[in-house]
Amino acid sequence: MSFLTIHNLSARLKGRPDQILRRVSLQVAAGEVRGLVGESGAGKSMIGKAILGTLPNSVEISGGQIILDGTDLLALPPAQRRRLIGAKCALIPQDPLTALNPSRRIGPQITNRLVDILGWSRSDAEKRALNLLAEVQIPDPARVMRCYPHELSGGMRQRILIASAFAAEPKLIIADEPTTALDVTVQKQILKLIAAMQARHGTALLFVTHDLGVVSKVCQSLSVLYAGMVLEDSTIPDFFAAPKHPYSRALLQATPKYTDPDGSLTPVPDAVIAATRAEVEASDRSAHV
Amino acid sequence: MQFLQSVIIRVCTTLITLIGVAVIVFFTVRVVPGNPIAMMLPPGATEADVARLTALYGLDKPIPQQFVIWLSGVLHGDFGTSITTKQPVLQLVLSRLPATLELSVMALSIAIVIGGIMALTGTRQRGTKTEAAIDVGNGMALSIPDFLWGLILILAFGVLIPIFHISGRVTPSLALPFTSNFYLTESLLRLRFDLWLDIAAHMFMPALALAIPLAAIIGQLLKQSLKETMHLDYVTLARTKGYGETHVILREALPNAILPTLTLVGVQFTFLIGGTVIIERLFSYEGLGNMAIDAVINRDLPLIQGIVILFAVIFTGVNLLVDLTYAALNPRLRHA
Amino acid sequence: MLDGRSQIKRKLPTRLVLSASWLILLAIAAICAPRIAPFDPLAQDLFLGQLPPFWVQGHEPGYLLGTDSLGRDVLSRILYGARLALTVALIAGSITCIIGATMGLLAGFLRGWVDIVISRAIDIWMAFPPVLFSILLIAVLGPSLTSIIIAIVVIDWTRFARVIRAEAMSQGAMDYVASAQIAGRSRVSTMLTEILPNVLPTITVLLTLEMGIAIIVEAILSFVNLSISTDDPTWGGMIAEGRASIHQTWWVLVFPLITLFLTVLSFSQLGEGLKDRFDPVLR
Ligand SMILES: Nc1ncnc2c1ncn2[C@@H]1O[C@H](COP(=O)(O)OP(=O)(O)OP(=O)(O)O)[C@@H](O)[C@H]1O
Ligand SMILES: [Mg+2]
Repeated sequence: MSFLTIHNLSARLKGRPDQILRRVSLQVAAGEVRGLVGESGAGKSMIGKAILGTLPNSVEISGGQIILDGTDLLALPPAQRRRLIGAKCALIPQDPLTALNPSRRIGPQITNRLVDILGWSRSDAEKRALNLLAEVQIPDPARVMRCYPHELSGGMRQRILIASAFAAEPKLIIADEPTTALDVTVQKQILKLIAAMQARHGTALLFVTHDLGVVSKVCQSLSVLYAGMVLEDSTIPDFFAAPKHPYSRALLQATPKYTDPDGSLTPVPDAVIAATRAEVEASDRSAHV
Repeated sequence: MQFLQSVIIRVCTTLITLIGVAVIVFFTVRVVPGNPIAMMLPPGATEADVARLTALYGLDKPIPQQFVIWLSGVLHGDFGTSITTKQPVLQLVLSRLPATLELSVMALSIAIVIGGIMALTGTRQRGTKTEAAIDVGNGMALSIPDFLWGLILILAFGVLIPIFHISGRVTPSLALPFTSNFYLTESLLRLRFDLWLDIAAHMFMPALALAIPLAAIIGQLLKQSLKETMHLDYVTLARTKGYGETHVILREALPNAILPTLTLVGVQFTFLIGGTVIIERLFSYEGLGNMAIDAVINRDLPLIQGIVILFAVIFTGVNLLVDLTYAALNPRLRHA
Repeated sequence: MLDGRSQIKRKLPTRLVLSASWLILLAIAAICAPRIAPFDPLAQDLFLGQLPPFWVQGHEPGYLLGTDSLGRDVLSRILYGARLALTVALIAGSITCIIGATMGLLAGFLRGWVDIVISRAIDIWMAFPPVLFSILLIAVLGPSLTSIIIAIVVIDWTRFARVIRAEAMSQGAMDYVASAQIAGRSRVSTMLTEILPNVLPTITVLLTLEMGIAIIVEAILSFVNLSISTDDPTWGGMIAEGRASIHQTWWVLVFPLITLFLTVLSFSQLGEGLKDRFDPVLR
């Protein structure tokens, strides 16, 4: 049984027919790293938000289940659900510049979940935070704990957010494009760090990204999303050997590393997009019957 | 270093503003037609009497010279002598100042409490009918100035349901053991809760009238900046940690949303203090504003000057204080 | 942003309609006061003093809203008071608007020493308690319609100047202004043809709000008995009388207060409503 099972999850804009997620099913086993790829607006972030319970007010879930460690999240009362998420899941956000509270010191921002939600003693939580900061290679962790976010660089902040995500030893971490907001030079280090931390702690990871190159390095399996619909669900070797869906194939071709490095980049052809659109619409119709 | 420099510049502009106020007031009151000296003498006084008194108050000299004399007196703490009561202006003004300060601070506290509750409730209930109702209420409260709120409160709680006092500062028959004019504060310090209750009950209506428009402003602005803050990533991150809505609003959003409101509250607080003039009149409250209107009606020039200058000192002082607090509270500015 | 607010706002110019209707009604009543007022607002009749409004026991037919302690008809006095209130709103509001907006435009667009002088003046003005200053001005100038108008203009021009200065500054920083300058237009002509039209919506909104404020200032001045001559009917004067005899003749306070309340609320709602209409985001 997977740690996270999403079954036929649908979401739409409140009071409108616009579908944002279309019967999405995906599974993340304990300790597994699953990539979630798709073009911008495909609904990748929405899946993460649906799991964590942070969907925007304008979006509502119209069907399906999210089963975390055997519990159907959508059936839980909100407070209980929040506490469960807080204890078992964590988020590595996209933009480290806005993901730390500017008016609070770093220390409490790492320890607050441990103390407030999980009931640790303050000194234990602080010890834990210091260890984690050292683990994510932050020099002088004791000083950093007392800093305000604006005193630190973007790369440092992302390291802190990673440390903070691992603080409570969650079973599942959702990383939503954790490197896109960073400098190219820093991106690689952060990516390596996430992979290393995941391996050491054995945490399951749902890794949201545009970048198939990154997926090939970090992930064990992946789901391809288009217009809120899962087109393909494969293991990494299978996918890169032979993608099943024409859209995936085109996507792979559009990724520079997997075509001839000197050859020109082929964008996803219009014909493939049209065919995929048609498929999405057909599936919508069949769902209405 | 930079911080210190900006503080010094700020203090200097404040001083320039105060001198500007002094000049304008001084020359405005000199234009008053009619000789105030003649009015204060009993009928049948001779020309010589008038001339003697005019010279005594220095009103016979050229106006610029009068200004220099007055200003150098002010710098030595001498604001002149009131024409109507013959007492030193400074003493008169300081005896009334506590009443006005207590009223203003009470009004500010009420405004912050009401406005804060409105903003937090509106944020907590965003998108619901409650929020819409709060918006409508705030809009109304903002449209109506303190003077009208005062009249409405007088009708509602002085006449219709007479539960509050609508005139005076304290019930006149009570014996007051106070040594200062900070009645509200001193009654509390002396643990005379009976007196405190009486004074607070007198103060509540005028303070509420002053507070309502400011409460609406605080409610609107704080709610808006809270709602903007609620969309930020660190708030979302706190949610995923397992925190509930109330904690997220109070602990994560509020400390960051409050700064823009603070600056505005500073400016608005000076407007509130300006409003005490007419509100004190309306509620026959024995403060500075009430005395100021009497001084204008009696053409008591030295007293008018003293009061206006004191108001200006309070206004610029509040603004200065707010700017400094803002700089001190904002960690980004503090370390810059 | 996709939320329902924009739709609601477009659907409901109700407050615009309501407030405009009240103000038009009031203006007509004020203009026609000599024809429609049931009594001479100054006529005293001590035998008919302190009559309650028509639905209260002891009223006298004809005196719809009762009489004050001198036997003057409350309704007629409110109608005549409206003449003064609206005159002050129109004249003082417009003059304040013209002077304040000009100052703001000059400071915000020309910058330099003009801006320094005007900004300093604004700072000094903000340090005055406005009500006290207006009372002082009336005492200096002597009570009359002109004095009220001067007092309002003098204390309120900064309202316009501050806002318009900021707007002119941000407009002046935009590209189209720079291109007009490059095209060889003079600064004053650029100001009038490029900046002014763009700040006109803001000026209109401020003017509407200012009219409400002018009415309040006039009421406050007549409340402390410093408006025009003491006999002429003013809302503030009636309110002062009503406040003094509130336990005997509440109607002398209540009816002018309701009129004043609705008028001030209408000007303010009209201004806020216009602001929403002009706001390009909501349009
Ligand atoms: N706050 C919101 N209210 C309504 N619709 C939204 C909101 N945020 C996103 N959407 C819509 O939901 C869909 C999915 O958005 P989502 O953010 O999940 O895309 P994504 O795959 O994460 O894209 P990106 O790679 O750009 O982050 C999009 O069509 C978007 O327009
Ligand atoms: Mg996204």
